[in-house]
Amino acid sequence: MWRTGTVIALRDETATARTIALEVPDWPGHAAGQHVDVRLTAPDGYSAVRSYSIASASNSERRIELTVERLPDGEVSPYLTQEVAVGDHLDLRGPIGGWFVWRAQQTEPIQLIAGGSGIVPLMAMIRSRASSGSSAQFRLLYSVREPGAVYYRHELEVLADHDDSVSTDYAYTRAAPKNWPRRPGRIDGPLIANTTWSSALAPTCYVCGPTAFVESVAGLLTDLGNSPERIKTERFGPTGDRK
Amino acid sequence: MSTISRGFSGRRNAADVKLPPGQYLTTDFPVLSAGPTPHVPANQWEFKIDDGNNVLRRWDWRSFRELPSETVTVDLHCVTRWSKLGTTWEGVSLDTLLADLNTDASHVMAHSYGDYTTNLPLSDLRNKQAWIAFRFNGEDLAPEHGGPARLLVPHLYLWKSAKWVRGFTLMHHDKPGFWEIRGYHIYGDPWREQRYSGE
Repeated sequence: MWRTGTVIALRDETATARTIALEVPDWPGHAAGQHVDVRLTAPDGYSAVRSYSIASASNSERRIELTVERLPDGEVSPYLTQEVAVGDHLDLRGPIGGWFVWRAQQTEPIQLIAGGSGIVPLMAMIRSRASSGSSAQFRLLYSVREPGAVYYRHELEVLADHDDSVSTDYAYTRAAPKNWPRRPGRIDGPLIANTTWSSALAPTCYVCGPTAFVESVAGLLTDLGNSPERIKTERFGPTGDRK
Repeated sequence: MSTISRGFSGRRNAADVKLPPGQYLTTDFPVLSAGPTPHVPANQWEFKIDDGNNVLRRWDWRSFRELPSETVTVDLHCVTRWSKLGTTWEGVSLDTLLADLNTDASHVMAHSYGDYTTNLPLSDLRNKQAWIAFRFNGEDLAPEHGGPARLLVPHLYLWKSAKWVRGFTLMHHDKPGFWEIRGYHIYGDPWREQRYSGE
């Protein structure tokens, strides 16, 4: 079933990512981590559909936010990040997905690990934690190319200052801020060991990012003793060339 | 009724006409899995068919690979909307694996290493429609794509082609698997756009 949402606000997160706030009159509610299908239709009836993670908390009523990263050769994301204006209507279907979700009944420690735009469904979990009054302990490890690629920077800083139950560590793969203690590079075993919950605490881990990132991080988490059934993954993008 | 997207023209190409509704063409091979990739050494791999109580058939890697294999070129359609055309696989036909298995079961639950499950009608696995594939484009199947061996049922959405498959349980009634419990269609025909339950 397709629903129509009205764009009520737009906010740039980075030079290439934009948050789109939509009012959806018949929105049934969603769980943190779920996504929606967005359909664009040309005047002649041609349409294109892509899936986007919901960034907003699960209890926000009739209003959802999506954050979309512009892919240089994309068909839908350039439109959503450059063309869409407040007042436009977008066709949506969802929410979709019942596995990569966090629900407020969960009380165990939560480990979130994001690669790039993989932060979006994890941010929905962080926001849902706050809005539901949950006291679950959250940690976020957020891997980005360079400091300018961080989404939701201010909100994450405020959280780190005011709520010691949500702590964030950053990993930079190409360029780090000045005097950053770690040389830019991919997430490795020592970094995971130093910045994530010990497997002895039996955290539930949510890993979202490009395929190679998720493959690598999920492997490092199991190497450190996390049980595979407590590691939930969401991958996007190509695998690249065959090995 | 669709909302016309002001200023959207889209990108079309001639190949789109061969695609099921709502799909777009990719030349990449995206990966979708719910959890970490299991790494199953071939010498520990086995494939079993059971009826819920008794194991009816069992192959280890060696006996499995001694079965006649086929090379097939098929199109893949993922429920996340990408389609990849003309992919070449080598595998053992389910006709071979199910031959001389006398059963009145109507469905199977496919089980995978890593505890993934998906349900299929038994009739969709017979008559040159399904394989246990162990090579992709001439190379051993990589773990992230389901190696050492995965189910390949290309006429259904790709979540039905269970990666890291380790066996079937024969069933007398249809029962939802991992994604089917979580809102995805019980059957999953891409040409009828059966993505989500209730469609």
